[in-house]
Amino acid sequence: MEGRANRGASSLPIIEMRNLTFTYAGVGKPSIQGADIVVEPGEFVVLTGPSGCGKTTVCRCLNGLIPNFYSGEITGTVKVANLDVTRTSTMELARHVGFVFQNPENQLFSLSVERDVAFGPENLGLPRDEIRRRVDWALEATGISHLRDMAPYELSGGQQQRAAIAAVLAMKPRLIVLDEPTSFLDPRSAQEILDVISQLNKELKITVFLVEHRLDAVSRHADRVIVMDKGRVVLDGRPFNVYGEEAWLIGIGVPKVTMLFHLLRKDGVSLESVPITVEDATEELRRKLTS
Amino acid sequence: MIEVENLCFTYPNGKDVLHDVYLKVQDSEFIAVMGENGAGKTTLIRHFNGLLKPTTGRVLVDGIDTKKSSVASLARIVGLVFQNPDHQLFCETVKDEVAFSLKNFGYPEEIVERRVRGILETLDLTSYIDSSPFMLSGGERKRVALASVLVWNPKHVVLDEPTIGQDYQQKDRLRNFILQLNTQGKTVIVVTHDVEFIAECKPRVVVLSRGRIVGDGPAVDILTDESLVNKASLVRPQIAKLMSSLSDTGLPANVIDLFTARTVLATELKRA
Amino acid sequence: MSMRIFDGFKFTKLPTPVHQMDPRAKFILVMSIFAVCLMFSNLLVLLIVFFAQIPIIGLGKSLRRWSVSMKGGALLATLIFVMNFLTGTTLIYSLAMTVKFLALISCFSVFFMTTSPDDLGLALENVGLPFTLVFTFTTAVRLVPTMAVDAQTVIDAQRSRGLELEKGNFVKRIRNYIPILIPLIVSAIRRSIELAEALESRAFGASEKRESLVTLRMKLSDYLTAAGALTFLILSVYVYFYVKLPTFEVAFRLPSIWPWSYT
Repeated sequence: MEGRANRGASSLPIIEMRNLTFTYAGVGKPSIQGADIVVEPGEFVVLTGPSGCGKTTVCRCLNGLIPNFYSGEITGTVKVANLDVTRTSTMELARHVGFVFQNPENQLFSLSVERDVAFGPENLGLPRDEIRRRVDWALEATGISHLRDMAPYELSGGQQQRAAIAAVLAMKPRLIVLDEPTSFLDPRSAQEILDVISQLNKELKITVFLVEHRLDAVSRHADRVIVMDKGRVVLDGRPFNVYGEEAWLIGIGVPKVTMLFHLLRKDGVSLESVPITVEDATEELRRKLTS
Repeated sequence: MIEVENLCFTYPNGKDVLHDVYLKVQDSEFIAVMGENGAGKTTLIRHFNGLLKPTTGRVLVDGIDTKKSSVASLARIVGLVFQNPDHQLFCETVKDEVAFSLKNFGYPEEIVERRVRGILETLDLTSYIDSSPFMLSGGERKRVALASVLVWNPKHVVLDEPTIGQDYQQKDRLRNFILQLNTQGKTVIVVTHDVEFIAECKPRVVVLSRGRIVGDGPAVDILTDESLVNKASLVRPQIAKLMSSLSDTGLPANVIDLFTARTVLATELKRA
Repeated sequence: MSMRIFDGFKFTKLPTPVHQMDPRAKFILVMSIFAVCLMFSNLLVLLIVFFAQIPIIGLGKSLRRWSVSMKGGALLATLIFVMNFLTGTTLIYSLAMTVKFLALISCFSVFFMTTSPDDLGLALENVGLPFTLVFTFTTAVRLVPTMAVDAQTVIDAQRSRGLELEKGNFVKRIRNYIPILIPLIVSAIRRSIELAEALESRAFGASEKRESLVTLRMKLSDYLTAAGALTFLILSVYVYFYVKLPTFEVAFRLPSIWPWSYT
């Protein structure tokens, strides 16, 4: 895992959320309280937490849906790509932040993948040849060029989500926010989609902010894991630092191999590092067993 | 007992979904039906309460041929809980919502009252009895949907993708609840592709792929079979992958759940 | 069963010449047939117009679904026949009205079956309608099959809780639809909200001027079809005014003792 130093320490953070508190209009208590989240360009950040902890609310604050679509009381600041979210329209933010939703069905508007991917650039008023270039590039980057003429309902869930990612990619955002994109996908498609997202992060240097429950599948790609509980940010750090007893007690889906190591430690077995992937765990255990 | 014999099903629009499915589920069994999206899992379970009738072949529920029976009468013994609770919630209060089915089945008022309170207490929903179901959170709505089916105490319970959108704690509670239902003697059929969830409850697993049954056996055998798992667009549980990579060190390869793995490894490592 | 009539208007993607025809040329064709149907009350002409559509439908590989919409319309068609005949018009005239109705349904059916909502949208944009309006229309069309699936799921879910839609007197049957309508409406609202969020996130409305990636282009075959349709229309107008058609009139009608019949 490369350190953050490689990513240009002089550049400004792409997400700067300071002491943010938000209460939806008509609701008694705030959905997020005093949230401090800073993300550097190029990072792959996973946000997780029990249901109702405020994860979706945080995402909405990143692309302008809050406060433009969902009204309420905001205190604190949130800046994305150096734009103040509370003073910028969603249309303007859409040029910098892409958003992929949970249900592929309701974010694909057209009867062909190609036209769906073109939708965003068309909305931006770009000239036709630029749109064509971007569409071809986005389809290539997500590995679905061969599906360009298919209708969304002809595609599997995994392919639909790839189309949704391509559609967002075509707008050339610096940051992509994904809210539980693997929820409706089977395990295999989920893994594939996470690999695609990781590739976009590593090769195109797009910052990824991903909300996910399936920590076993996504931890290998994440630079950082942020855990929220009851509207507050509770843990924030490298995966192996975050997946401890506290995380487990909050009730997030810590990868089983990590839990296994914590349990073995309790049983008196001495282990050094904490694995977050099956491969790391295998290596560690093999060493112990054959020594 | 639910018996499926040579079931083939084609939708009216011509889509061939199930081919030659043969399945026997004994009373009080706990089985998981797994497979990729589009394999036919949802189509299969809709045959159990007669929503769909076989194109060829037959389905018998406690000896009754579903072709000769109405959905309402089959529903009394087979409770089907749908994936999305928003497809069924319509009442002003949770109490009415849960009472709906009992009223349809013609239960008298006093029994309705008693049963509704009982199931709400079991599912920890008593504080919401007079709330509007639409105001509840996603997880709570799912529990209300579950309550509205369990309230009439069906002998067989079928759950369609109950883990989607649930966090770890909710899944834990769900798992315990399902095991409790099974201990009470109910047949429980869970349709899911959540391998980690199934790895912890270890039911009998039936794997469906492209409309055919390609695997049927104990979870430890099915979920450790790499080629079978791949065929159905699933993955092996983390623990299974771990133990399989370490099998050359003499450890048993057919462990899929966390606590067995812990026990086995703790003993081995302390010895080493 | 009653849902099936919509199948006859649902777009399915198929690689046929009719599907690939420019929607504007198709529209001119359909409008010509529509105008001719409205003009004439002559059974012979109407039968010709009706049967002439069948090869077009066949070319569009949509015969099976077209026959479904015909079956769906059969009830209404019978009603039209009966209403006409009972009010004292001749048998032939009543038949003509029925055929006119079926011919009209057919031509619209084939149009919607072979034209994708996206292409329809492009055609409307071409004509000059604002993009937001066109988008609303195409999204609505696109959502019809999705909502139909939702409706079926809701019906299944409620039947699984013991709801019996076929039982009970008239009032009870209407009330039985409340558990179907409410979840459907809620579902539609949730879907709209999700769609709106996605639209906002894709900069919908960001720019007044909008160039679309795909444009409609009329091929030679499209021009020929449009020309052919217009020629057919002009000829029909000529026939209507100047040509005496054989009428095959059979003076069979209900007895004129009925107070509302006319001789």
